[in-house]
Amino acid sequence: MDRSKFPEIVDGKSQYDLDSGRFVKIWNGPQHPGVTGNMALEVVISGDEVVDLKTHVGYLHRGFEKLMEQRLYIQNFPLVCRICVPEPDTNEYLYAAAVEELSGLEVPERAQWLRTLTLEMSRLASFIMWLGGQAGSFGMGTVGQWAVAVRDYVLDLFEAITGGRIYHMYITPGGVRDILPEGFDADLEDVLKKVEKFMHDAEIVLFHNAVFKKRTKGLGIITPDMIDPYGILGPNARAAGSTRDVRKDSPYAVYDKLEFNVIVGSDSDAYDRARCRFQEMQQSIELIRQIMEIMPRKGSFYNRPPNVLHWQIPPGETYVKAESTRGEYGYYVVSDGSNKPRRVYVKGPSYTHAVALFEQMAVGTNYADLPGLMVSLHTYPPEIER
Amino acid sequence: MKSTENKIIHPLENAGVPEDQRHLYCDASPRPYPALNKYVERFLNWARANSLWILGYGTGCGAIELRPLLTSRFDISQYGMNPRPTPRQSSVFIIGGYLSVKTLKRVIRSYEQMQNPKFVVGLGSCTVNGGMYWDSYNTVNRLDYYLPVDVYVAGCMPRPEAIIAGFEKLKSTIMAGQAEGANEYAERFDWYKSNQKKIIKDWDMPDYNW
Amino acid sequence: MNSLIKRLKMQFDVEEQTQRSNLSFINATALQLPALLTHLRDYEKYTQLIFLTAVDRIEDNQFQLTYMLADESSQNNIGVRVRIDRENAVMTSIAHLWHHARTYQQELREMFGIDFPGSPGVNDNFILEGWEEIPPMRRDFDTREYSEKTYFPRPGRSTTHPRTAMKAVDPDYPELPLMKGRVK
Repeated sequence: MDRSKFPEIVDGKSQYDLDSGRFVKIWNGPQHPGVTGNMALEVVISGDEVVDLKTHVGYLHRGFEKLMEQRLYIQNFPLVCRICVPEPDTNEYLYAAAVEELSGLEVPERAQWLRTLTLEMSRLASFIMWLGGQAGSFGMGTVGQWAVAVRDYVLDLFEAITGGRIYHMYITPGGVRDILPEGFDADLEDVLKKVEKFMHDAEIVLFHNAVFKKRTKGLGIITPDMIDPYGILGPNARAAGSTRDVRKDSPYAVYDKLEFNVIVGSDSDAYDRARCRFQEMQQSIELIRQIMEIMPRKGSFYNRPPNVLHWQIPPGETYVKAESTRGEYGYYVVSDGSNKPRRVYVKGPSYTHAVALFEQMAVGTNYADLPGLMVSLHTYPPEIER
Repeated sequence: MKSTENKIIHPLENAGVPEDQRHLYCDASPRPYPALNKYVERFLNWARANSLWILGYGTGCGAIELRPLLTSRFDISQYGMNPRPTPRQSSVFIIGGYLSVKTLKRVIRSYEQMQNPKFVVGLGSCTVNGGMYWDSYNTVNRLDYYLPVDVYVAGCMPRPEAIIAGFEKLKSTIMAGQAEGANEYAERFDWYKSNQKKIIKDWDMPDYNW
Repeated sequence: MNSLIKRLKMQFDVEEQTQRSNLSFINATALQLPALLTHLRDYEKYTQLIFLTAVDRIEDNQFQLTYMLADESSQNNIGVRVRIDRENAVMTSIAHLWHHARTYQQELREMFGIDFPGSPGVNDNFILEGWEEIPPMRRDFDTREYSEKTYFPRPGRSTTHPRTAMKAVDPDYPELPLMKGRVK
């Protein structure tokens, strides 16, 4: 193909001149159905090809980190889950873990198992949502319809455990709020079967679909030497051959007692990333079954912290991390000895994917593939701006 | 709420500016459309209430409950509602929760591009009084100071059933001819604009983007 | 982890504090930071920059910058802490070491007012738009006062002291002396 009409690319940045009239600048979003979440893309195209892209974030900024400095430690517990809507449990777990580590509060064994169960369930729900989005971005709305319906069954399970569909506020400093309701095992197995059936269908409809294969193979390639300079995490990095998985590398909760392998891909394009995530969904289902089998059913599930209204935490700082569906999620909490945190920093994995990496990767792709590329990175804007 | 409570900063961007220095956009402010003949209006309201088209703009976390709502589980199409990709085709704007100042600017643009009659549904407690983020420096507290709101659905976040109930309420309001948000926006245009301009510091768009 | 700290101490003037077996913090000076990070990245295999953020130490009139690194296997974390002056806060950019550091520096510039000369696009808007006050994440910015002044609070919100609220339901609730950093 004759590339002479396209601008030269120096260090991943295109050298173009908008005034020449050969390029068109398009504002894509925030009010746009093809953009995940509430963010905007400033795209420069030449013909069908993306020449330059800039991500604009900040539409969902609520100042969480500032608000957390204003509130007591226990008042922050219902606040943190709102940072990530499709997968709030990771935030709850990390905040609780950080506070427990700083204050020296012990967590009962049973609570750790219940925490792991909800963490895996929320991973599953988030992956299902992603699968629907990935199919929808390539024009396969049917899978999207199925996915949202199936995810709702998982949300029903959450409602049974915690009382909330989206925000659970379940993992609290010191343990969890409640034990599993009666008859939950049968319901869970029922839902897992439904999810498996959906995944079986999705495999045929999506992964064996020529259109999907053709559009995703070779789209958005992440080479292994890009992983560290761009801070790529999670399935995006694992599809490029990295073997990092926080659940395996530095096990938290009870992941050291579960048997699972880190899923690693090799092709590192959008199709392979989708494959990796699909396998992680199967792994999540497996893990949930394992947890239900060996989870202790007796014992305490909550260690009461001291009077939470006057709860002062000794000075110190810590960083805790956990594996969310998008990669390593981290909380950096600084305490100065008072009853309010001095600083809480939330490190969401989308932070690096959606800005530095996406801006680089989008150059040279087809404009129509842009939503698909974005979903294949599994970005989620509220993590970026918080 | 009286329009005299707040000082009006300035009416329209082009007002008082000589002909040659005016911006290129149209500077007409919106005007209210009076009700037609009683029976015609009743028929129109019935028609409006039964084909509500939603603007597909997820402005906050409430957007996550819209997905189950729009797809097979709760299936909003059975109530005659349908998501639309562009403001020009839609009549209902769902504000899905907290509004940051940056989003509010886009929301105003989108709202003004929608055609009359148009309705606003405020989803979640944070549109009512700020909710969880009542003391945040970047989210608005009361949505009704910036846009005319027809129905609030409280909760954090409201369940799909609650949203459906909110739409039922909206329908009955429209049927009764009381959902006059667009006309109210036109009548108290200066008040809304002064509120909007109070928080949007870098106002770099036309005052009325129809 | 311990041997690493020993090796570092031979080359750099650093103090260390171990939080957990796989997490340590080291205090460094702003001048030696780029050399220290480059050393950690190239020779000690701490190849990942997890995040870069700031803590406002207003009582010392300083900002604390924390650079969190992780090693290749992602098992060990090391946090490099640097104190810089709060007035005229300027720090060396590390955008040449990691591509995504640019975004963190852009955010710090906006939320804390810390300048990173030479970092690409550091003065562009990142999250806020048309912000005219002091950078919002600084401790002396009062978000509640700003919100009440700007956003038309809906009347009717009331705050009850927890002890009063507890007294109402439980007359035996103890009259505890409030501890330091009391609930307002």
